[in-house]
Amino acid sequence: MTVKDLDRARSDRNGAIEAFARRHRFRPLEAVPWVAALAAAFVFPGYLPLGAQILATILFVMSADLVVGYAGIVTLGHAAFFGTGAYTAGILAAHGWGEPLSGLVAAAAVSALIGFLSGLVILRTTGLALLMQTLVVAAMLLETANKASSITGGDDGLQGVDVWPIFGVFHFDMFGRVAYGYCLGVLLVGWLVTRQIVHSPFGRSLTGMRENVRRMHAIGAPVFRRRLVVYTISAALAGVSGGLIAQTTQFVGLTSLSLERSGNALIMLTIGGVGRLYGAFIGVPLYMIAQDQFAEIEPVYWYFWIGLLMVAVVMFARGGIIGLVERFRR
Amino acid sequence: MSDLALETPAFETIGLCLSFGALAVASDIDFRLERGARHALIGPNGAGKTSFVNLATGVLSPSAGTIRLGGADITRLPQAARVKRGLARTFQINALFRRLDVLEHVTLAIAERDGVAGGLWRAAGRHRRIIDEAYTLLETLGIEEDALRPVSALAYGQQRLVEIAVALGLSPKVLLLDEPAAGVPSGETGLIIGVVERLPPDIAVLIIEHDMDLVFRLAKTITVLVQGRILVEGPPAQIAADERVREVYLGDRVRQP
Repeated sequence: MTVKDLDRARSDRNGAIEAFARRHRFRPLEAVPWVAALAAAFVFPGYLPLGAQILATILFVMSADLVVGYAGIVTLGHAAFFGTGAYTAGILAAHGWGEPLSGLVAAAAVSALIGFLSGLVILRTTGLALLMQTLVVAAMLLETANKASSITGGDDGLQGVDVWPIFGVFHFDMFGRVAYGYCLGVLLVGWLVTRQIVHSPFGRSLTGMRENVRRMHAIGAPVFRRRLVVYTISAALAGVSGGLIAQTTQFVGLTSLSLERSGNALIMLTIGGVGRLYGAFIGVPLYMIAQDQFAEIEPVYWYFWIGLLMVAVVMFARGGIIGLVERFRR
Repeated sequence: MSDLALETPAFETIGLCLSFGALAVASDIDFRLERGARHALIGPNGAGKTSFVNLATGVLSPSAGTIRLGGADITRLPQAARVKRGLARTFQINALFRRLDVLEHVTLAIAERDGVAGGLWRAAGRHRRIIDEAYTLLETLGIEEDALRPVSALAYGQQRLVEIAVALGLSPKVLLLDEPAAGVPSGETGLIIGVVERLPPDIAVLIIEHDMDLVFRLAKTITVLVQGRILVEGPPAQIAADERVREVYLGDRVRQP
């Protein structure tokens, strides 16, 4: 919407109401990530396995955005749900149930359960106390996976993940074509769900809690319950993302539960733009492609450059890359 | 019975007490807010005015005493349940959603009041009736021109009106205005006074205020709170003439212009 449109909209009742009511509608710009994802598959066929990882990670980071960016729940333990999903789908497939879609459903369910149970306890706190508790939940799960090596493979990782063809038809191929399409399809569904949540009255009230939780209490919002609901949904989405990576790489390692994974998600989200739904779609590809390229050129110092980029984003582009774009369009 | 029901105050506290250690912020407060009242609660700094609001709304729990809303005991009810029963408040320091626009502030409150704010299946923009009602409310407060602007872009006085708009969106029976004119430049207090004067007559309004002009313009009854106790209560003329009030409050103001 241009400034002129906005002025006109402000000037009359119907215009203002119409402009407000339209916000949830699909805009052409929202098709860009999907067109880009399809185009990338044809332009860089050699990078499809990396592409599939990127798509699955977008889902993970988007789920983190729901919690961090929309509900204002700071977390350094989102990998707990990613890893739970990864191990759920991985263990199922390693023990004779390799049907991928039901594997993802199981991953979502188990992660949601962990999210709900841990949320019941930790969401009663806020700020630093909450941050520490999210860390602790992830650390506890990591230690559990490490000790239960007979089931998880422990330090060596989970081996023998055997995933069946999707719908019994599409076999996962060595070029990653099916994996890419699979991840793209699941991400599309995950995005539609997330988008629906963000634009629903529930999602708007989450934004209210992020902006001013005191006021949400004062208008009678059940703050704890809503936080718990969104935390559970987000955990489920993160679990699906973990399940995707387990199924497409046919391996699950302890790093799927690590602090590094939680932290990386926040870094990617910050680069892209927090609380903007599309931050993950920008931040994740940028980060992972840069990592892939830098890892070849400068494997040791790669984190130095990411650190420098983070400092630049925090100092000059608080809303991440999407925030920058928003500023220029105004 | 019906006579009795008519006399039930909109809001009342009986023997309300709260102490933080040795500091009593409320001692034995018996307070009645009649239906449709325009009542002011005044007192010097530290008298316990904001604590009283926090006790009334459920942010703080009293150590003793009873709080009633429309005759029903709400002493143990959490904040959200009190709001559902018609008790709304504004904040002394703006507590708004800085990055959200004005219209959204009010739609959030109305959605909460109507119990649809937890809904996931319908987009917020499809709740046309709510948006419509919110806009109408902005029109009655005269801030509809800013409907689509983020509150952070508004002047402070306008933001104070958004505070009131959010509370009105809850369709309260009892409205607690915690220093509605605080921080507003003196030239703009007229705006606030105008809005409070035009509030629907069936809402019982309690104004907690420092600004004496505003209090004497708006209130039909004034309660003076000093060190957590009610010193005196009465119509404005009586309060203005009261020696003790002059001593603790008005005199205090003269000494510290």
